[in-house]
Amino acid sequence: MASIPLSHILFVSTALFFIGMYGLFTRRNMITMLMSIELILNSVNINFVAFNKYLYPEKLDGIFFTIFIITIAAAEAAVAIAIIINLYRSHKSIDVEDATELKW
Amino acid sequence: MEASAIIFYAIAAFILGAGVLAVTTRKIFRSAIWLLFSLVGIAAMYFWMQVEFIAAVQIIVYVGGIVVLIIFSIFLTQNSGKEMPKTNWRKILFSTLATLFGFGFSYNLINEYSFTPSTQAFNVPIKEIGRQMLSPTDHGYVLPFEVVSMLLLAAMIGCIVIAMKSPEQKAAEASVTETEVHTTGGTVTIISKPEIVEEV
Repeated sequence: MASIPLSHILFVSTALFFIGMYGLFTRRNMITMLMSIELILNSVNINFVAFNKYLYPEKLDGIFFTIFIITIAAAEAAVAIAIIINLYRSHKSIDVEDATELKW
Repeated sequence: MEASAIIFYAIAAFILGAGVLAVTTRKIFRSAIWLLFSLVGIAAMYFWMQVEFIAAVQIIVYVGGIVVLIIFSIFLTQNSGKEMPKTNWRKILFSTLATLFGFGFSYNLINEYSFTPSTQAFNVPIKEIGRQMLSPTDHGYVLPFEVVSMLLLAAMIGCIVIAMKSPEQKAAEASVTETEVHTTGGTVTIISKPEIVEEV
């Protein structure tokens, strides 16, 4: 357990963050962009738990931040998918390039 | 190299491989499945770090909730067998360069900073999580707990409002179907046809 230094876990979370970033840059479909955002949020969660475990094992603050981030991510995904489906109803497309006006 | 280190590197490779495939594959349904694998890998990482509660929450909320929601929305809006259009190579090239630069920059900073890990053992009793979550004292989290419950309520109502048809929309639809055939002076004239959406 102690054989893995903290920076290796941070390597995984940083790499996952930038993989999500790459998806956000290259994808033009809203659902796949939402998936990239989920990857980014998960990389942040790994960071919180790893810091809590390695640097402040007597506290639980990282755990609580992770729980709240998971909750907010779930709410965000639900609202985003409602918006995407509504947009699909009016535009017949969920490509971000096609959604050019804020009000329909 | 001991077994726990090998397990860690295997989990890390699994997470990153599934993540890369999730953002690069051109079939949207496969992308969702790779995302699912990546999230399961992250849950395994939490198990490896001995925070079983977070691992369980991860599986329940992400794998059981969000990915299922995403797959539902794919089926509702996409032709899931079809490949997505190709991204042009300039966009791929410059996004790769930007992300590689960002990764190198941040990992360089992380590597320079020497973290001194605490020697204390880390264990998370679920009882302690529950007690601290609802305690109003100094290290209690009852205020964020209440705020998050309000947020969930707001998200729920927001989803219903977004999905609901507005009264004008409903009235318009009803009038279209009723006054579709309008009779004026004995001759039948069709005023409006319901629009037929062509499936291409």
